[in-house]
Order: sequence, then structure tokens, then C-alpha cells
Amino acid sequence: MTKLTIDGIEVDVPAGFSVLQAAEAAGKEIPRFCFHDRLSVAANCRMCLVEVEKAPKPVASCAFPVGEGMVVKTDSPLARKARRGVMEFLLINHPLDCPICDQGGECDLQDQAMAYGRDHSRYTEDKRAQRDKDLGPLVRTVMTRCIQCTRCVRFATEIAGVPELGGVSRGENLEITTYVQKALSSELSGNLVDICPVGALTSKPYTFSARSWELKKTDSIDVMDAVGSAIRIDTRGPQVMRILPRLNEDVNEEWLADKSRHIVDGLTRRRLDKPWLRVNGKLQVATWEEAFLAVAARLKDVAGDRIGALAGDLADAESMLALKDLLASLGSKNVDARQGGAAFDTSRRDFYLFNSTIAGIEEADAVLLIGTNPRHEAPILNARIRKRWRQNRLPVGVIGQAIDLTYPSDIIGAGADTLTALLSGDHAFAEVLAGAAKPMIVVGEGALQGPNGAAVLAAAWALAEKVGGFVEGWHGFNVLHRAAARVGALDLGFVPTAGAKGWAEMVSGGVDVLWLLGADEFDASAIAPETFVIYQGHHGDRGAARADVILPGAAYTEKSGTYVNTEGRVQQIQPATFPVGDAKEDWRILRAFSAVIGKTLPYDSIAALRQRLVAVNPVFGTVDNFTRLATTDTAGPANLGQSVSDLPFGNTIADYYQTDPISRASPTMQACTETYVPVLQAAE
Amino acid sequence: MTVEGPKMLEDKDRLFTNIHGQRDWSLDGARARGDWDGTAEILGLGRGAIVDEIKASGLRGRGGAGFPSGLKWSFMPKDRGNKPAYLVVNCDESEPGTCKDREILRNEPHKLVEGCLIAGFAMGATAAYCYLRGEYWFEYTRLQAAVEQAYAAGLLGKNAAGSGYDFDVFVHRGAGAYICGEETAMLESLEGKKGMPRSKPPFPAAMGLYGLPSTVTNCETVAVAPTIMRRGAKWFASFGRDKNQGTKLFAISGHVNRPCTVEESMGITMRELIETHAGGVRGGWDNLLAIIPGGVSVPMITKDMAEKALMDFDSLREMRSGLGTGAVIVMDKSTDLIKAIARISAFYKHESCGQCTPCREGTGWMMRIMNRMVEGRAEVDEIDMLEQVTRQVEGHTICALGDAAAWPIQGLIRHFRPVMEERIAAYKASRGASPTATQPMAIAAE
Repeated sequence: MTKLTIDGIEVDVPAGFSVLQAAEAAGKEIPRFCFHDRLSVAANCRMCLVEVEKAPKPVASCAFPVGEGMVVKTDSPLARKARRGVMEFLLINHPLDCPICDQGGECDLQDQAMAYGRDHSRYTEDKRAQRDKDLGPLVRTVMTRCIQCTRCVRFATEIAGVPELGGVSRGENLEITTYVQKALSSELSGNLVDICPVGALTSKPYTFSARSWELKKTDSIDVMDAVGSAIRIDTRGPQVMRILPRLNEDVNEEWLADKSRHIVDGLTRRRLDKPWLRVNGKLQVATWEEAFLAVAARLKDVAGDRIGALAGDLADAESMLALKDLLASLGSKNVDARQGGAAFDTSRRDFYLFNSTIAGIEEADAVLLIGTNPRHEAPILNARIRKRWRQNRLPVGVIGQAIDLTYPSDIIGAGADTLTALLSGDHAFAEVLAGAAKPMIVVGEGALQGPNGAAVLAAAWALAEKVGGFVEGWHGFNVLHRAAARVGALDLGFVPTAGAKGWAEMVSGGVDVLWLLGADEFDASAIAPETFVIYQGHHGDRGAARADVILPGAAYTEKSGTYVNTEGRVQQIQPATFPVGDAKEDWRILRAFSAVIGKTLPYDSIAALRQRLVAVNPVFGTVDNFTRLATTDTAGPANLGQSVSDLPFGNTIADYYQTDPISRASPTMQACTETYVPVLQAAE
Repeated sequence: MTVEGPKMLEDKDRLFTNIHGQRDWSLDGARARGDWDGTAEILGLGRGAIVDEIKASGLRGRGGAGFPSGLKWSFMPKDRGNKPAYLVVNCDESEPGTCKDREILRNEPHKLVEGCLIAGFAMGATAAYCYLRGEYWFEYTRLQAAVEQAYAAGLLGKNAAGSGYDFDVFVHRGAGAYICGEETAMLESLEGKKGMPRSKPPFPAAMGLYGLPSTVTNCETVAVAPTIMRRGAKWFASFGRDKNQGTKLFAISGHVNRPCTVEESMGITMRELIETHAGGVRGGWDNLLAIIPGGVSVPMITKDMAEKALMDFDSLREMRSGLGTGAVIVMDKSTDLIKAIARISAFYKHESCGQCTPCREGTGWMMRIMNRMVEGRAEVDEIDMLEQVTRQVEGHTICALGDAAAWPIQGLIRHFRPVMEERIAAYKASRGASPTATQPMAIAAE
């Protein structure tokens, strides 16, 4: 620890601290543009200059290490003069276009110019202008506003792992640009907009659409992947205008993946705002009453065994439980949340969770990715692995297809047979894993699909055990889910129990009535033609196209709900707007329908439903109170008598930008697909 | 009134005996002049002894800042384990007016190569990188040839010069950016990155080239080290004044009759230097207007000051200028000083790397105001504003380029403000305006 004095306040900070950090510890705010907690220090904006006694000139506090007995003055005449000078320089070539700048109102330059600048400009020469760059469909550039702080360059290079941004030319002609006019190929590019302290990089889809001060802000959780990033939904009236990340150090830090951020325009398109009924082969608008009566009529005299339900990727735990209860009241146990049929073993929670946790990645010293591409399945989690790789250059092995993870990785095999080789020690990577103190085995959902999924799961567990993945304070077995709804569904038992029908059977004619709760991620047209399909959801997508009755539900920005992320972290979303048109929150639809058929579900409020959730699985009582699972029992999941095959694992997500009904309805995501997917496929 | 300086250097005390290229530059010629003589014995003294000898000689860095060389060399870690450490020799001589290293590279390359070995050994370096200005193609061929001759003669490489010490010398050409002469920008450039200075700390001696301990030192500083070791610190320290000892290469250019590069004793009077070696000011001493004493980055001094100036660090610092690289630029009364400084401002605007704000924005602003000052198209108030802008740049930047851009303008305003005011008045008069009426300051549209 180092003792120093800042503006007369004595602080004691760790020796590695910078003066700026020490000043923050002393409660002193130091203005800055280029400095960012999570990026390397550039010290180029010079806004954070402070006076240090005995130093001949002002020092950049962001880059200057603390010293014992140092006396720092953050607000002395010298420091103030330095800051005012730097502020003036920053503004001389910055356009005065705040009234038409999307950053206006939330601009660091604006705020700091108010606090530290002069009241007028002395600069009478011509201002510099720069040509705008095309960074793709998500990031708009107005390069004349750029103050060359290089935060974006450092973010792209360090966090996103795509070193495609840089500065060309020098002096006042220095320009930030991509390498040869190329769209920025990162799933995290939206974060550039957040870290840009001025209006040089703004959100392209959001351009000129709202002002920050007229937006209502609702804290919620993202459901575009199974990471459960903390988000803030900004709405104006009934419309979601934008989605921004919130800080959650354990999950997304302060980043957000592009799909999570930019599906906003999908929320207003292709929405199901009225119930629909299929009459003579054609869907017609109906009332709720007509729709409910049609479903009730069809259900009459159908044996419980011939009724089934599938829950989709975006379903909240409450509505899944209501649906499960409804089916139980009809005598059916045919429920499944595993579209694609991954072989999860729900007998123990750590068989299907990301047990090392996302924050725990920063403890790992070797990673094996089995049939998963985290860059597309969970970009935020992938960024965490990259962060760890930057810390300790940990070896990353991949079983599956060649992928660019943004950090070096070795393709050590194509299919599950590689696991056998690793288990028998015939594979060199087994030594790497065994040599690691905290190895991570990550199994993707895609690897668990197919006829030998259970064998892959069992083999992965066995490997984790063999390489010392289960030690005090560390659980090295991880399942990386792709869907926000999945872990919640597994936790509340939305899977067929013994003797009940699963996804494959239900879809292929095993049931007469099939209730789809937002289930769109399979070929709905393949459902047996005689099956009566009820689609409850919010977007007119694959499931709705096949439906006989459509019950309009609420999207995740419009309802309360509980989601469990891939780590098993229980979090709740909050409604930012109301459901569109006649649409209702999903659990209310199910509760209302249960009354129509005389099997009234025993809860009238979301609070009561949540009590029922906790009764089903106490884990739902741990909202925002997450604890890591320890390895209590090393006995692994059952392999169900399967054996591993040598079939290669497929590419589990072909198009990151369009994976669910909302993103498929989003023109922005469509534009991303057009821009990036051919590029990615060409690269593979 | 004139001042007395130390007596002029005699030929027997010249360190660079072939600086004008009249003799053989190659290894044989260099050996004949005493280079590479007993190098192994010098190294045999040990690291500490060499550093002490350099300290005792009073040698100060010849690149401009004048940091005591022995002290600088001693900053390198004593025990670097088996990790490499580097000596980086700054031959990126790009300061307008400066052409002393060029003569070393052309005519005395072996002094530099031997200096690399001795200085490198003294600081515990495993290799030396000589970073040459990109435009020095001919000088590059000479130095490269000298390095190859040294390797062929066993003076470099394994067991260099029979000393038992392994040492390599690499010659690297820059791409011609002035900023790469800044020590940390040079390291970045050597690493293959853009030449943008690093912020310090960490200092190169702790974390330099490729993150390893490094010392960047000027070409001339390295080149004089072997002779100091051979002839002794006492000999070297006998020239010049206290704290400003030794001999130094001076490059005299501008309005003199015979521009030249010459080795002289530190502290020689400026007038003697110009009159003896450069044939005097064009049109006689009284035709002198101003002198930039150390390359374009230092403030100019007037004729009156030049008469009292000694060519050393402290004398010129007292005059609020600097010795810099010892590149004396003489300007006679035909010079448009405002235009001269405007040209220097344009140079710094062009050479600013653009990394940090005050320099990136300030150099352009200063240049634009200076360009208007040349015409007189300005207000008298703006001279004060210009002065303030230079103060806002100076001392606020990552490297010293900001200071270098600010100082020439400060020198102009300090000594020749009336000239600038006259120019403004003349411009106004030519436009039919009253010379005293000032317009209100334009305020940007808001």
C-alpha cells in the first residue's frame, strides 16, 4: 500500500494504482476522455492532467503511478489551467453541431466542456473536417467529431479481438478508420458507441430517433442468448427506442452483444397483436373468446397422453410453469423445452449449468470447447475467455469446426471420438488439461443434440473429472446454453418424465394437440398435418405460420418474468412497455384459458405464481442472489447406454444475427446478416 | 561587449579526426587513427569502471537534452538475468539545421560502431540498434559497411574484439518521420509500430525495446565514448566549463560565409565559433539579426545576446534558449523572422504524430496564426493569444515535440514583438484601416 495526499486528503492505495485511481479513492473526480477502466492506458487526451508536487510539469494522472508521500493537487491553478487549455484544444476542431448530434445530452465532451471549458472560442481559423467511415450497419460515424482518444481502437483490439480499427496519417490529420474500408467484424461493435466519449461513433439504427432525456429507462435482463446480460431498456411512449448494457461485473461487465442491443426494431415488426383462428385452411382474426373456445373445443375428449407442449427459446419461467401446470391438469406430462432435442440430464443441476461461471473464467488456465462456438452463441462470454487469454495466454482447444474465436485456439478434433482419445490419454491436449490447475470443459448445446448426445455429456463430465476439473473451489464442467429460456425450463422440469413424449415424438405426430409457447426454432412445417397446433407467442414466425390458433403473447420488453442464465443465475425482467394490441402477458393467457376449460390454475397474480415456482424448485427463490455450485458429487450424468460416434460436430449457429423470432423480424439484424454472414461463411 | 570563452580546440585534441572525410573512413583508416585500439582492455575494466569514467568526463547527452551520460547508462539494471537488454543509438537526425551525426556516419562510422560496443557493454546491453533517419541512405551504406567490416574482423559478434563479451550491432533505417527521433517513439518504430511516443513512466531503462531494459542515446554521445576511455576522463573534462565539459560537434548554417560542421570545445563563444569556422556572418557581424543556437526547436536569441553567448548548455539556458543539438542557424538582417518561424511552425504541424491533444491541435493552430502573422493579417491582441497557446501546448504533451513547437514562437515574441506589431500595422494601413483600431474578437457561431 502507498500513502499519498490528494487535495489534502490522505489516502492509502495499492502500489500499482495510478494517480487517477487514487484520486477516485479520495473522492475526487478527474475529467478524462481516453482513459477507460477496462482498456489499456493511452494517456493521449491530456484531460486528466494534475499537479504533483516536485514534478516539473503537470502529469497525466491516468498513466502516472502513485508514489509514497506524493502530494497531488487536482484543482490547483496549474491543473485548472492545464485542463482548460486541453479542453480548448479539443474543441477547436470539434464541430458545433450538438443540436443535431445523437450524443447530445449524454456526451462526455459536452459535460466536461461545461465544467472545465471556456465560455467562448478563441479559434478563428478554418476547422478540420474528416470523411466519414463505413463501419457496417450498426455503427454510424461522424468522424469530424472525433477527438482521437483511440478508445474505439483499443476496444476493438483488446476486448473485441478484431484489430481492424486504427489511426492513419499523423498530426491534426490523424484519422480513425478501419483497415481498407471494411465493416467492423465483431459481435460487440455496438459497444464502440458506448465507449466513444463524443458523437463520432453513434448507433446507426438509432440515428435521429430520440433524445436521451425524453426516454424512460427500465432495468431488465437480455434474453437474446443464455448469458443474461444486464440491460437498460429505453422507451419513449409505447415504443422501445434502444437497449443499452447495465453494469454487472459477474456477467457482462459493461458490454453488450450486438444482437441483444440492436433487435429493437424487431420488437415492432411482424407482431402478433390479435388472436387468429384457422378457418378453412386460412388464418383469420378472432377475439380472445373465439380463440379460447376453439382450443377448448378441440381439447374436448382428447386423451391427456395425446396433448403436448413445447416451450421456445425466449419463454419466461412463469409462463412455462403455468403451461406445465395446465397440461398436468389435462392429464399430460408431454412437455419439452429442448427444441432440437439436446440430451440434458436434469437429475442434478450441475449436469446442465455453466458451473465455472462467467466471472470464474478469469480463474481458468485451460479451456476445451466441445461442439460450441461461443463467439456466436454467447459473445459476452467469449469476450471473457478472450480477457482471460490476454491475462494468461491460456490454451484453448476446440472440438468441432474451425472457428475464429478472436483468440488463438487449436482445433484438436472434429467429433465426439476426440473425447474418447482425451479420456484414454491418447491425445496431446489431455496433458494440457491435466496440467491446468483450473481446467474448463465447455460443452455446447449443439454437441448434445443427435443420437449420442447423452454419451457426449457423460464423456465430457468424465473428462472434467479425469483432468482435475473437480477440485476445492472449482467446478470445471460447463454446459453452454444458447437460449435464455433453457435453464429455467430445466430447473422447473419442463422436460418429459419417464413415459412421457419428448420433442421429436410430439412433432412427428405423437400428439393430437400441440401447444407451442414461442417455439420457433425447428421446422414447424414438419409437424404432422393432423396435429392441432396452438401457437402462443409474440411474433409471426415459423410456429405461427403452422398454427391453427394463435394466442398473442408479450415480448420480453413487455412483461415481468424470471430467467435463469447458463450459469444458473436467476434474474427477473421488467416490463418497459405494454404488450401490443390485444396481446397479453403469457402467464395471464394460460391462467385465463384454464378458467375457460374449468381447470382454473391456482394463482391470480405473478406473485402467487412465483411462490409456486419456488415450491417447484427453491432455486427460483434466489433471484439476484447467485452462488456458485461446488462439486459435491463427482458421479457423472448417465450415458443412457449410448456410445460416442466419430461424426463431426456441426456449426451450431449459422447466422448469429438471426436466431429467434425477434431478430428475424428486425431489419437491422437482416442488414447485419447481409453484411457479415457471407463474409463469415467465406472465411470458414 | 564580448565575453571570453575557453580557448579554441587544438588539432591534437580533436576527437573526430576525419569529420570532414579527407581520410579513409573504413576499418583500416579508422585503425590508423586509433579506433579499435585496445578495445578489449577497455571492456576489461568492467561495467562500473567505464560508467564511472564517463561520469567523471562530464559527458552530457549530445542529442539536445544534455542529460549526464554516465548517469543515464547507470540506470540500466545491474542484473538482467539471461534476458536481453538493448542499446538504441539515435541517428535519426531530423532536426532542421542539424547535420553533425551525418558527418559521423559518413566519415567516422567506426567511432560509432566501437562506441556501440563500449557503451553497450557498460550498460549491460546485448545488442545495439542504430536507428538511422530514412533519408540517410548514403550514410546507411557507410555504417552498414563499417558494421560488416567490424564483424569480419571479429570486433563484433561472439567474443567481440576479443573481449569475451558477445555483442551485436544492427542498423535500422527509419521512414523519415521527425518524431521517431524521440526516444520512445523510436522504440515503437523499431518494434514495427507507428512512431508514437510512449508516456513515461515506465522509462526505457526499465521497459524499453520489446519491453526489455533499453537505453536510447545520441549517435555523437556513443561515438565519443571510446576516445574518452582511451584518453581519459580528465582529458575530456579539461575542455569547456564546469558541468559543460568536453568537445562537441557544431553545425553552422544559414547566413554565414562558409557553413560547416566542426568540432569545438564546449563553451567557445558563439561569435568565435561563427567567425573562425564559418567565415563570419554574411555581410559582417553587424549584419546579424538573430541566431537559433541549437536546431529549430530552441528559441532564437538576438545579436546582443549572441555576443555574450557561450556555446554550452548552461549559458544558453540562462538566455532562455538552449544548446540543443549544437546546430547554429544564423539569420542576417535580410531575414523575415516571422516567416522563418512560421516555416518552423509548419514543420512541427507536419511532424506532430497526432497522438496527444495539445500537440495535435495546437501545432496546427499555431501554424495558422503564424501564417497570418507573416502577412500581418491579425490583431495585436492575437500576439498575446498566440503566446498563450504556446504555453498551453508546452509542458502538457506526452513528449517534447509540443515544447519544441512552442519555443521558437515564444522566442520570436520575446525578442521581436515590435516587428510583429509593425507588420500588423502595415497590413492594416495597406487596407486603409487605422493602425490602432482593433476589431472585436470573432466569436464562433453558437
